[in-house]
Amino acid sequence: MTMPTPVAQEAKVKLAVQGLSIRYGHESALRDVSLQIHEHEIFGVIGPANSGKTSFLKTINRMDVFNPNMHVEGAILFDGRDVRQWRNVYALRSRIGVVFPLPVGLPLSVYDNVALSPRLHGGQSQADLDVIVERCLTRAALWDEVKDRLDALGSMLSGGQQQRLTIARALSQDPDLLMLDEFSIAVDPVTTMRIEDVLKELRKEITIILVTNLVQQARRLADRTAFFLQGECVEIGVTEDLFTGAVQDRRTRDYVEGKFG
Amino acid sequence: MFEATALNARNARIQTLFRLLFGLMTGLLILPVIIILFTLIQEGGAVISYDFLFTSPTDGMTAGGIFPALIGTIWLVAVALIISVPLGVAAAIYLSEYAPENWLTRAINLAIINLAGVPSIVHALFGVGAFVLFFNFGTSILAASLTLAVMALPVVIVATRESLQAVPLAFREACWNMGATRWQTIRRVVLPNAVSGILTGVILEVSRTTGETAPIMFTGAVFFTPFLPQSVFDQTMAMSLHLFVVSTQVPGVPEQLPYGVALVLIAMVLTMNSLSIAFRMYLRSRKKW
Repeated sequence: MTMPTPVAQEAKVKLAVQGLSIRYGHESALRDVSLQIHEHEIFGVIGPANSGKTSFLKTINRMDVFNPNMHVEGAILFDGRDVRQWRNVYALRSRIGVVFPLPVGLPLSVYDNVALSPRLHGGQSQADLDVIVERCLTRAALWDEVKDRLDALGSMLSGGQQQRLTIARALSQDPDLLMLDEFSIAVDPVTTMRIEDVLKELRKEITIILVTNLVQQARRLADRTAFFLQGECVEIGVTEDLFTGAVQDRRTRDYVEGKFG
Repeated sequence: MFEATALNARNARIQTLFRLLFGLMTGLLILPVIIILFTLIQEGGAVISYDFLFTSPTDGMTAGGIFPALIGTIWLVAVALIISVPLGVAAAIYLSEYAPENWLTRAINLAIINLAGVPSIVHALFGVGAFVLFFNFGTSILAASLTLAVMALPVVIVATRESLQAVPLAFREACWNMGATRWQTIRRVVLPNAVSGILTGVILEVSRTTGETAPIMFTGAVFFTPFLPQSVFDQTMAMSLHLFVVSTQVPGVPEQLPYGVALVLIAMVLTMNSLSIAFRMYLRSRKKW
C-alpha cells in the first residue's frame, strides 16, 4: 500500500468552497463550510450518516436545482468560477463525473451505457465511440469481463460490475472532477479493492472527491480528508494526521477510532 | 423437534381456504367471457362468410354484409388514435417529468380522473356541441373521432403517466448528473422503458373506442350509407351502431345476423389486442432491470 503523499502548498486549487451553508426548508444540513480541493488529489470526506456529505456533493454539480426545498448559500468556485455563474449547468455537470452509493446500470446495453454521455454531446463517429467505450471500461477494470457481451443489458450485470460500469460511464464524460458517494456500500470487498486501485491510477489525471463512511478507505486513498459531523466541518487535514493524533478536535479522534459513528 | 402445532395446522388450513376462495373468484370472473364468446361463435359463426365481410347490407339491413360498417369503425378508431395518443402521451410526459408538484398540477390530475368518469352519453352531447356545431365539422368521422379521443384521453394519460413513473428515479438522476437535459433523459432512458406501459394504455383505448356507440351516433356514425368514407369529413357506418340497429331498430332481421356482427366486432378488438400484447411482450423481453 502506498502512503498518500502530502500535497505541496502551491498545488493548484480545483475547487474552492467558501462559507457554504445548505438547508432543507428550516432544517440545516451544512453550516458555513470552507475548504479547498487541489488538482490531482483524492480529497476524502468522512463522517457518520446525516452529516451533509451527499448534500455537499449535490451543490457542487448543481443538482440542488431539482429540489426546490434545498437552499444554498456561499460560493463554490470550480476552476475559479462560481458554479452558480455557469450559464449552462449541463456543461458544468458534463465536466463532473458522479458515482452513487447504489450502482446505477441504466437499462441500456453495456456499450450504450458508456457511449451515452459522448452521444449526448454529439460529434463522435462510431469509431470514436468504440475507442471511448473500450478505454473507459478498461480504466474502470471492467473490460475483460464484458468485452464479449457489450450488448448485454447494463442493468443485468452483477452489483460490483454495475458499479464499475457506473465509473466507466462517469469516465466517458472525460471529467476534470470525479465525485464518489460511498461507492463501496453495495460492492463486495474484492471489487472495492479493484475500484480503489482504479482510483489511485486516476489521481494522476483528475481530481477526486471521495465521500466514504469507511474511515479506513479514506486512509488508504485520500491525500487530505475533511471530517463532517452533523452539518459541521470539524476538521480538514492531511489524511494521515487525522489518524496519528495530530488533530485539532477531540471528536475527530473519537470518530476515526470508532468510538462513535 | 419440528412437530406442527395446532396453530401451524390451523394457519395452513386457512391458507388453503383463501387460495381456493380467490381461485374461485377468478374462475367466476372469466366465466362470462367464455359464455359470451361461446354463444357468439355458436350463434353467429354460420353467418360469417367472405360476402358477409365484404359487401354492403341489402334489403333494408336484413341481408347482405357489413363492409361499410367494418371500414367505418377502422376509420373512427384510427383517427381517434392519431388524435389522442400524441396528445395524451405529451400531456402525461409533461405531468410526470416537467410539472412542478403544486396545487395546479394536483387540480389537473384530479380533472383527468374526473374526465374518465364522465358518462359516454355526456361526451356525445359535448361532441355535438363542440365539434359538430361550434367547429362546424358537421356529422363526420372527424367530429366522431374527436369525441372518441376526448373520451379516451384520460385512459392514455393515466396509463402513460403510470408507466413513466415506474421508471426508477435513479435512472433519471444518473442522466442528469452526467449533464443530460430533461428531454435527453426522457428520450434516451425514460421513454424506451415506458413504451410497453404506454402500449397497454393504447390497447385499452382501442378496445374501448371500438365498442363505443353513444359518442358516435350523434356525431358521425349513420344508420345506413352504401358509400365508403372518402375523407374524415364524410359520415360513415360503424360496427357498434350497426349492431344496435340490426338488434333493435329494424324489423325482419334474421336471428343470426346480430350475433355475426357482434362476433366480428369482438374479433376486431381481440385481434388488435393480441397484436399489441405480442408487440408489448417483445419490447418487455428486450428491456429489463
